[in-house]
Amino acid sequence: MKTDRMETMQSWLSVGVPAIEVDGVSFRYPTTEGRERIWTLDHLSFHVDAGEILGVVGPNGSGKSSLLKVLSGYLPAGEGDVRLGGLSLGTRSQADIARLVAVVPQEYAQVFPFTVTETVLMGRFPHRTARWWSMGIGDETASDLACAHSAMVETDVVSLADRLVSDLSGGERQRVMIARALAQAPKILLLDEPTAFLDLQHQIEICSILRRLKEERGLTVVLVSHDLNLASQYCDRILMLKAGALFRLGTPHEVIGVDALRAVYGCDVLIDRHPESGVPRVTMPSYASTKHIHDHM
Amino acid sequence: MTDLASSWASAGAVLTVHRWMAVIGGLLLASVAVLMLCLQFGATSVDVKTVVTAIMHMLRADQEGAATLGTSEIIMVQIRFPRVLMGFLVGAGLAAVGVTLQALLRNPLADPYVLGVSSGSALGVSLAILFGIGSTFMLLPILPLFGFAGGLMALLLIYRLAQSKSRLPIHSLLLAGVILNAILTAFIMFITSILEPNRSAGLMAWLMGSLTAPNYPALGIFLLYVLCVLVMLMRKAQLLNMLTLGEETARSLGVETEGIKKGLFVLTALLTGAIVSVSGMIGFVGMVVPHAVRLVIGSDHRLLLPASALVGGMFLAVADTIARTIMAPAEIPVGIVTALTGGPFFLYLLLWRKDRMV
Repeated sequence: MKTDRMETMQSWLSVGVPAIEVDGVSFRYPTTEGRERIWTLDHLSFHVDAGEILGVVGPNGSGKSSLLKVLSGYLPAGEGDVRLGGLSLGTRSQADIARLVAVVPQEYAQVFPFTVTETVLMGRFPHRTARWWSMGIGDETASDLACAHSAMVETDVVSLADRLVSDLSGGERQRVMIARALAQAPKILLLDEPTAFLDLQHQIEICSILRRLKEERGLTVVLVSHDLNLASQYCDRILMLKAGALFRLGTPHEVIGVDALRAVYGCDVLIDRHPESGVPRVTMPSYASTKHIHDHM
Repeated sequence: MTDLASSWASAGAVLTVHRWMAVIGGLLLASVAVLMLCLQFGATSVDVKTVVTAIMHMLRADQEGAATLGTSEIIMVQIRFPRVLMGFLVGAGLAAVGVTLQALLRNPLADPYVLGVSSGSALGVSLAILFGIGSTFMLLPILPLFGFAGGLMALLLIYRLAQSKSRLPIHSLLLAGVILNAILTAFIMFITSILEPNRSAGLMAWLMGSLTAPNYPALGIFLLYVLCVLVMLMRKAQLLNMLTLGEETARSLGVETEGIKKGLFVLTALLTGAIVSVSGMIGFVGMVVPHAVRLVIGSDHRLLLPASALVGGMFLAVADTIARTIMAPAEIPVGIVTALTGGPFFLYLLLWRKDRMV
């Protein structure tokens, strides 16, 4: 089983080519007149190896979500180049990118009553071959169904198959979104705040799913998170952004330190080791130790 | 479908060819039954036998037999049959426009009438009438072309208003529609006020939404037109599903959203323009029918679109029969009937089902 997956990995990646290469990428949103156009992403260069989990952290407005949108091809890089498996994003069609990259969005508001199964099956869209006479009816092939089913098993949403997505709880909905992304059979998974608004149990659940996917499918994962401890615990490497520029990139040990967090977030925190894994653990200082800040306010 | 599907998803969760055929086949049969029923009622009511005789006569195009036909058969062939069929086509088209607009704007309450798209088309047609371009009745394709242009402009305006921040809450969208409607209606009223009285009365009656019996060539052209646009919309049904997920998600699933949206705008405006040019402004069919159908069969547009079209056709055929008979021998505009049935339903959804449509 494992060798099968390694083979599929190699079919899109030649040896030594990283899954994602970001080469001098800058991006800025078009803005209204009179305001200076600032770079949302400022000359970023890094790469992500196949089968790696990269966590992107940084303060609000540091360009984390924009980076994901550039990686998925939703926003065009103003300067520089993004290459997936050695091929530039610009040379790939939207459907081509969708067969390679799946995105789990931060929030998902579905106002139309679609069931969980229907939603997951939409992930098969980029793999469909259009038959013009069928007008889309009965397009789901046996392999589409099998793919959707295995995605639903992996994220444990089979029991929700007939429920409406709009009726689910936050944790359930997030698992459905991951199932849809998996149904796309991607090589790269991009997640924007996958654990935001989830309780502790669901956070652990989502993170274990991601870990397992990396190990079993060799999936390359890029996830944006506000939660430094989660990033430290579950990511192989962490990319820290400050005002759109790369501040640090490396293992959790290399990136998460008192000095770095002070420089990026502008506040002092306590850092010790995780009792099990030994990765850095960030703790907020007590009120007493920050009292001098409040006294000056 | 494979055994796999049945083991983990109920019959309704995956759209199979079988289910599609069953639903659409059932609705087609129901449509025929409803049309037969509508043909019986009118200023003079007839029995099923007369209806069948008249239709058989029509199908044979029996010239010699014409002399043997009674008055009621002649009414049937020349007036009631084309009118009922026209009503069915207009209703089907309006429901299809509603379904498409709802997916396009990601809002299950969108309706061409409420959002001002119909008013845009009506303004286009009124302008054509004002300048004497279209004279009496259904001058194809000049009037629909003006209707298309007006509808497309209103549609693009509404879309621009709705676009800021990927989607707009229903209340803001409705407000935009109300204002657009008010402005466009003012222009239409201006046109009616400068027309000579007899032409302006005709324009007013048409504006309120009314069906008339077209001649057969005109009916044939309209039938072909509506069918063509419906088939083109059907071919985009899967993409409509994708669009309900929002621009960004649709793109990430491999949909080239920009081009597809443009195509849908044009198709929607084409259909609205043609419908408004033959029947004026008939409201709420595009909102009420898809909404009700969605509650029963779900949101998959591959089934929702044709099912809504058939139900919309039946709905308007019945509404028009009520409009023809309730004050017989006088008629009331069918727009009044649809507004009085659809309007309260709309208010109900807005007031008590608010949580469903943010």
